[in-house]
Amino acid sequence: MGWKRKKDEVEGDDGFVGGGDNQRKRKKATAAATEPKEKREILPSMIKNKEKRSAVHAKLKQQKKLEKRKKLKDRDAAEKRALELGEEPPPKKIPRTIENTREFDETVCRPDDEELYAGNECDEFSSVLKRESTPKILITTCRFNSTRGPAFISELLEVIPNSHYYRRGTYDLKKIVEYANHREFTSVIIVHTNRREPDALLIIGLPDGPTAHFKLSKLVLRKDIKNHGNPTSHEPELVLTNFTTRLGHRIGRLIQSLFPQAPNFRGRRVVTFHNQRDFIFFRHHRYIFESKESKHTDSKDKKMKNGKGEEVSQEKVIARLQECGPRFTLKLVSLQHGTFDTKGGEYEWVHKPEMDTSRRRFFL
Amino acid sequence: MQHDEVIWQVIRHNHCSYMAKITTGIFCRNEYNVTGICNRSSCPLANSRYATIRDHDGVFYLYMKSIERAHMPDKLWERVKLPRNYEKALEIIDKHLMYWPKFLVHKTKQRLTKMTQMRIRMRKLALKTREKIMTTPRKEKKREARREEKAEKAAVLEKNIEKELLERLRKGVYGDIYNYPVKEYEKVLEMDSLQAANEDEEEEPEIEYVEGYDGLEEELEDDIEDFGGLAMNRARAIGDNSEDEDGDEDEDDDAEADRKRGRKESSLALRKVEKGDAGSKPKKRAKVLVEVEHEDADERQTAVH
Repeated sequence: MGWKRKKDEVEGDDGFVGGGDNQRKRKKATAAATEPKEKREILPSMIKNKEKRSAVHAKLKQQKKLEKRKKLKDRDAAEKRALELGEEPPPKKIPRTIENTREFDETVCRPDDEELYAGNECDEFSSVLKRESTPKILITTCRFNSTRGPAFISELLEVIPNSHYYRRGTYDLKKIVEYANHREFTSVIIVHTNRREPDALLIIGLPDGPTAHFKLSKLVLRKDIKNHGNPTSHEPELVLTNFTTRLGHRIGRLIQSLFPQAPNFRGRRVVTFHNQRDFIFFRHHRYIFESKESKHTDSKDKKMKNGKGEEVSQEKVIARLQECGPRFTLKLVSLQHGTFDTKGGEYEWVHKPEMDTSRRRFFL
Repeated sequence: MQHDEVIWQVIRHNHCSYMAKITTGIFCRNEYNVTGICNRSSCPLANSRYATIRDHDGVFYLYMKSIERAHMPDKLWERVKLPRNYEKALEIIDKHLMYWPKFLVHKTKQRLTKMTQMRIRMRKLALKTREKIMTTPRKEKKREARREEKAEKAAVLEKNIEKELLERLRKGVYGDIYNYPVKEYEKVLEMDSLQAANEDEEEEPEIEYVEGYDGLEEELEDDIEDFGGLAMNRARAIGDNSEDEDGDEDEDDDAEADRKRGRKESSLALRKVEKGDAGSKPKKRAKVLVEVEHEDADERQTAVH
């Protein structure tokens, strides 16, 4: 309809003057008008009518789903075919994850870094980590303690060996640090509650160790875990994974210094601090190794005699875990160099909201 | 004095910007008000003669207003500094407000008392450390929660922990505690594979014997010795390193108590012989029998091929 009107206009305007030209122009105009229309796809967002728009969108989605499924089928078929023919299956593509596409961080620890080892030698945790002194932990709360706090603290007392709970009066934190120093503690942990839920953990190393302030979330107590186990009093094994950068390494050592360095393997207790995207997940399990038999029959098996390549049934050793103890996640808010001193202290690392702008950048 | 009544009528009934009406009462927000309540006698605007106490940086001043200066708003309020000492301040108030209405004097003294108490408390509090409440914008909290969820899913924790533990087992961190120390494990695997190979060859003649029940026990004993001896021999001679994992390894686990190889082999042999022997003595090693039969059936089939 549009281009018809154009034609009329053109005709009307020019009248009889330059009729031939008109005709050519008209043809060009119409040709030009139809071509872009055919090339241009109609996006659902360009349709103003809601019903029609949603219908078109749904159809598009279904098309995409079908395509995806077809691709998957083709991929599987190709792999199967390749295996049957004895060739190499086409290489599996690696999915893109945030960990794969993490921004380059120059503070990532390298295994051949001399400076790192030298730093480890003379940092605050070295005496505990070299087993020269056993860790002794003082746990306390913030001034106003409430509902879930004591339960969490009692579970923490069971997880960390050689830890003691003292009630917080109205003492200043600095006084508490002094007191702990007198009594030869190696760390102080303060559980801070907000709105009747523990929501922050402050770990202060002593005598003048660093102060790490963590935000605590997703706390699940032992009684809320299904099929939980009961921890024994053997020294637990520590698993600290994925602390890559220098800061992460330091935090890892801080956590390590809370636990005695002589794990009792017979106790089969493992405490895990796993760092993923700057969130440190804490888990506490009892484990056991079992051998599992899994039958793996191949189509080739029937032809080949037993004793050659293919196995009729395989045996694997697997580890089974039973969760006991609390479960929570920590996120580092700030790391201060000396003991607790918000006003005059020197901060090694502070979290600022502007650090969150990139989804691929992590600091631990 | 002439205007006071008029001023009061106008203020009260029309509009006073210092008035604050709350559910519990009517208050006056004027800084010069002695009591703080909106009253005919407490309104500093509607009383030409008025006195009050005000505090500036921890020092108390007595302010007085009199009718003689009503036409000079700039110089309206006369200020007297009060000493720190509470009693002395009271005396000074008495002196200045000597012939003033009792109401005003009384209220001024009350205000002084209250303010001194507040001053003491504020000073005490300033010495103690107070927690400062920091707020985070809701958007950030939500963002953190979302990222945490995704991070938890990305970190398949159970798998990672299991992987780590198996790594440690493999490296030998645990020493000899577990029944599946890897090196011995693999050695046992090799041995079993060899034994299986040998047994395959010998199965065919055995098949004839196994069908009968009578002579079984005797043969059992015979075979045990044979196998036992053979097994020991084989153990010394380490043959192929074919990592043939048979189902025989189950028996390793079942016979956990027996760490000595000789006895292991013998028990293996026993079970081998009892293959087709579903009937007799099923209770002896019921569990084992069930497991073995499958594999043996397969093996037999392959052997027959």
